Amino acid sequence: MTLPEAAGLALAFVARLITGAQGHWKGSPPKAEQRIYFANHQSHFDWVLIWCALPRDLRSATRPIAARDYWTSGAFKHWLTREVFNAVYVSRTRSEDEDPLEPLVHALKNGDSLVIFPEGTRSNKGEPQPFKSGLYHLAEQFPNVPLIPAWIDNVQRVMPKGEVVPVPILCSVTFGAPMRLDAAEDKRVFLERARDAVIALGAPG
Amino acid sequence: MGALRELSVTQQVGLLFVIVFGVLLLASLIAFARSLRELTPEQKERHERFVRDLRAVWIGAVLFWLAWASGAFVATLLFALISFLALREFITLMHTRRGDHRALLAAFFVVLPLQYLIVGTRHFDLFTVMIPVYAFIALPILGALGNDPTRFLERTAKIQWGTMVCVYGMSHAPALLLLDFKGYEGRGAFLVLYLVVIVACAQIVQEAASRRLRRRPVARAISRSFSWRSWFIGAVAAGVVSLLMSWATPFKPGQALAIGFVASGCGTLGDLVMKALKRDAGVRHWGGRASVTGAVGLLDRVAPICFAAPVFFHSVRWYFGV
Repeated sequence: MTLPEAAGLALAFVARLITGAQGHWKGSPPKAEQRIYFANHQSHFDWVLIWCALPRDLRSATRPIAARDYWTSGAFKHWLTREVFNAVYVSRTRSEDEDPLEPLVHALKNGDSLVIFPEGTRSNKGEPQPFKSGLYHLAEQFPNVPLIPAWIDNVQRVMPKGEVVPVPILCSVTFGAPMRLDAAEDKRVFLERARDAVIALGAPG
Repeated sequence: MGALRELSVTQQVGLLFVIVFGVLLLASLIAFARSLRELTPEQKERHERFVRDLRAVWIGAVLFWLAWASGAFVATLLFALISFLALREFITLMHTRRGDHRALLAAFFVVLPLQYLIVGTRHFDLFTVMIPVYAFIALPILGALGNDPTRFLERTAKIQWGTMVCVYGMSHAPALLLLDFKGYEGRGAFLVLYLVVIVACAQIVQEAASRRLRRRPVARAISRSFSWRSWFIGAVAAGVVSLLMSWATPFKPGQALAIGFVASGCGTLGDLVMKALKRDAGVRHWGGRASVTGAVGLLDRVAPICFAAPVFFHSVRWYFGV
């Protein structure tokens, strides 16, 4: 076992001890196929939770998106995202000649699964904010990759914005039924539908 | 029972584990035989519940056997872990706010380890007052520093109550290891097992009795199954089991009966309190099945011990003057 693998297992153990990190698969069993997971975003912990809720064999092929300027700034942060999580780096500053989705498209062409948070930023109002259009563009370019909505519950209580140490509180990740972009579906309609799918998973019951 | 008293500690406890595992094996065999028969949906549900409870008892028994085999240190550590998981579940059920973050951190990462450290190092006097005195002053202070007056009393009470039940109550179980009876040295670990067994007995018998008797529930809005008669039957059954186990304890038969009755009676009443708490938190069906938050009902299983252990510990200590 290599050091990053061991670090990954240790991290998963700690996350389980603190949050339980239970995955509830409703409508889509965990499966070794290429997928795009999209979820609500409330805390830095969100990615770790989804990652822990996945079966261990699927973890290495499922990659998060990390902001290049932040996650490559320190040696440890860079190592963690590169070696342990195998993150896809994107730059937040948009330059003229470059498509910001380029690294994501590259990863998907490689056959990897992605986890994206289409709100673009962390919200703590309960209801997710309107989705950014990245999800739509990916769905358009990769019509055969199923899109799996996911709802992360309770995580804002574990680590509110601005705090460093997490409080042990049970969290769960609910994965919903896969959806696809319909032929000739409007961008706004699709993004609204995707957001509703995520919110529906969070509704009690 | 005189011959049994003559045996050495290890032999007695070994014998007890043989009995416990024998009974469990028998129960598992019966459950297996039943599963081969055709069952109506109602019977099937009851059967599944029984199998689930039985599995929990198996896990508990194996854990205690491991703890016994590896000594007081591991037993204390085991209870600390259970305490942590129970408190985690308790806090998940409660509505805390951002301002509670520091107080919660203190409860989980300072109070809890400290309490078990004190148990482990046998600082007996400090152990009884650490949480009711020091922690209960420190936690509201941290809460107030969180700068959020909304429902302050309610939030503070929740954290304190959770600490009291899940940490303070639970820590009395490994603290039994501290008790030094005359001529009974080195058997503390056994008393822990003894307590757990009688409390579990009371709970199982009470459940069975309430299903048979169908009495009018005392507190219908909280528990549909709790009635005084079934409670009494459960506690008496625990007293009888305690009596049957008395040859391995420092108690005389009469004392064993009384202590078993009192401790397990408190335990099952504690279970009722926990039910009320869950109703308040809006959780209806719990045991065994994972809820939305992913909690698996550990709190349900350990709550009776959290209530029974302090009563058992202090009544024994007061009565025997140890």
